[in-house]
Amino acid sequence: MNRRLLKDRTAGYMMFFLTISSLLLVVTMGIGLYLKASPILEEHSLWDLLSASEWKPMKNQFGFFPFLMGTLWVSGLALIIAIPISLLMAIYLTEYAHSLVRRFVYPFLDILAGLPSVIYGVWGMLLIVPWVANVAAPWVDRNTTGYTTLACGIVLGVMVIPLLVSLFIEIFSNVSHELREATFALGATRWQTTKHVVLRKTAPGIIAAIVLAASRVMGETIAAIMVCGNLAIAPGSLLDACYPIPALIANNYGEMLSMPLYESALMFAAFILFFVVLVFNLFSRLVLKKIKTE
Amino acid sequence: MKKSLIEEKIFKMLMYAAIALVIYFVASVVLSVFKRGLPLLSWEMVSQLPGGGFYIGGGGGFLNAIVGSLYIVGGATILGLGISIPVVFFLNVYLKPNSRLGSVARLAYDVLFGIPSIVYGAFGFTLMIYFEMRTSLIGGILVVTLLIIPIFIRSMDEVAKATPTDLMEAAYSLGATRWETIAVIVRQIAPAIATATLLSIGRAIGDAAGVMFTAGFSDRIPTSLTQQTATLPLSVYFQLQSPSLEVQNRAYAAAVVLTFIVLALSIGGRIIMNRFSRNKIQ
Repeated sequence: MNRRLLKDRTAGYMMFFLTISSLLLVVTMGIGLYLKASPILEEHSLWDLLSASEWKPMKNQFGFFPFLMGTLWVSGLALIIAIPISLLMAIYLTEYAHSLVRRFVYPFLDILAGLPSVIYGVWGMLLIVPWVANVAAPWVDRNTTGYTTLACGIVLGVMVIPLLVSLFIEIFSNVSHELREATFALGATRWQTTKHVVLRKTAPGIIAAIVLAASRVMGETIAAIMVCGNLAIAPGSLLDACYPIPALIANNYGEMLSMPLYESALMFAAFILFFVVLVFNLFSRLVLKKIKTE
Repeated sequence: MKKSLIEEKIFKMLMYAAIALVIYFVASVVLSVFKRGLPLLSWEMVSQLPGGGFYIGGGGGFLNAIVGSLYIVGGATILGLGISIPVVFFLNVYLKPNSRLGSVARLAYDVLFGIPSIVYGAFGFTLMIYFEMRTSLIGGILVVTLLIIPIFIRSMDEVAKATPTDLMEAAYSLGATRWETIAVIVRQIAPAIATATLLSIGRAIGDAAGVMFTAGFSDRIPTSLTQQTATLPLSVYFQLQSPSLEVQNRAYAAAVVLTFIVLALSIGGRIIMNRFSRNKIQ
């Protein structure tokens, strides 16, 4: 009897230890990256780093502005592309579709969600970049190689669709059927019900889902690096090249060991990414959780 | 026609268009990669190591990347399962359903799931410098393990949480300890373990940003944990940067291999989900 209780307790402690240490990973990661980033924060003020646009590590000039703008443009564009498509698709799948249609469409979303980042990069280089160079740019009388903010936004937009759709579907399924039936009984069409009841009721959830998707887009590395053009100038239009933060980190990790301050600058970039993603995730997860328990 | 009906029609059309667009994207990604790469794929490429002058168009294949990816994915999956299964048991059996620690832990895993792999890579890199390790197979395995633990825990926990409390109480009433009750939970989450594993393998094999910092790259198959190793996604990425068309072609062929593996995992996952759920009590 005692042996059984002893076993029960030891196993409990061991599992507790594993749980706590995996939790501490979040904290350790934040502290570790911050410590690595602190040398550059001692030398330059936070505002200088974020607002300066000169990136010349060898001359001790670390301006993150172009990279911040690159990330902002790309994420914004990706979301503008992904949100309407995902929203319409999720509405159709939850409000209209027969279960057979759902069974047919879900595997496509699975595949889209499962394809590796580098494959999206290859796709971008094979189809999207030439399309931008040969169709989109001549249309507005511009000449580019195609490696642009536009191409990057499209690729990342497509990548984030499955995440958005699955979040939206989860949110919409939480709306009770009585609510929908009440509006049907009043003679509303399906779309009217969706618009006035489902979408209105789930608005906070939709925002949370979008914030979560934004944090996902911001961290995309390899797919972005392959199509964005990697030019350290803040983009002025969709047809300019850009240089998002993850691309900056991935492109320079080899060189950075040559200078301590350079390494610190890149770890600062990783810390910004970590911090923004952390805040976005905490916000949206808490909102989504609150909706679920309501 | 009434205005509301016209509006209904318009939005329904837009919904069809959205679905058609997504299906088009899937087909376009998969087919464009296959169309470009499949004719170039040869037995030599998947069965040989890079030969002399490989990166300027010499002979050889990318077996190093295939085996390297398998090593990293295999190691990370085993380590990840070893860590996440106990955590899921702890969250669902040892903790009470409304426990504070439980909800903080679940939130933390959600957040960890959202952190991009490049941040894991950068963090892993700083740790490795701190411990004076070089980029190596073991470094890659550890970072990918950290990356997939949240996927494991989240997807298994989702299913374990739904275990009816009656089922556990029945076990307790027969005098079982919590540790012994785990046997009941295992049967409930068996299909979830299988699907979570496939999901994680898919994410692990496709990860490039994390291993770029920690596993390095090498033309040989590593023979010990401390050697550098190549991975499929990085092999695609690096070869595409080459100006030589022949090297680029090999990148496209490697992309086909990678896509094929991921597609097989995704389809396999669906089948397992449908088949394995038989023993589950709702």
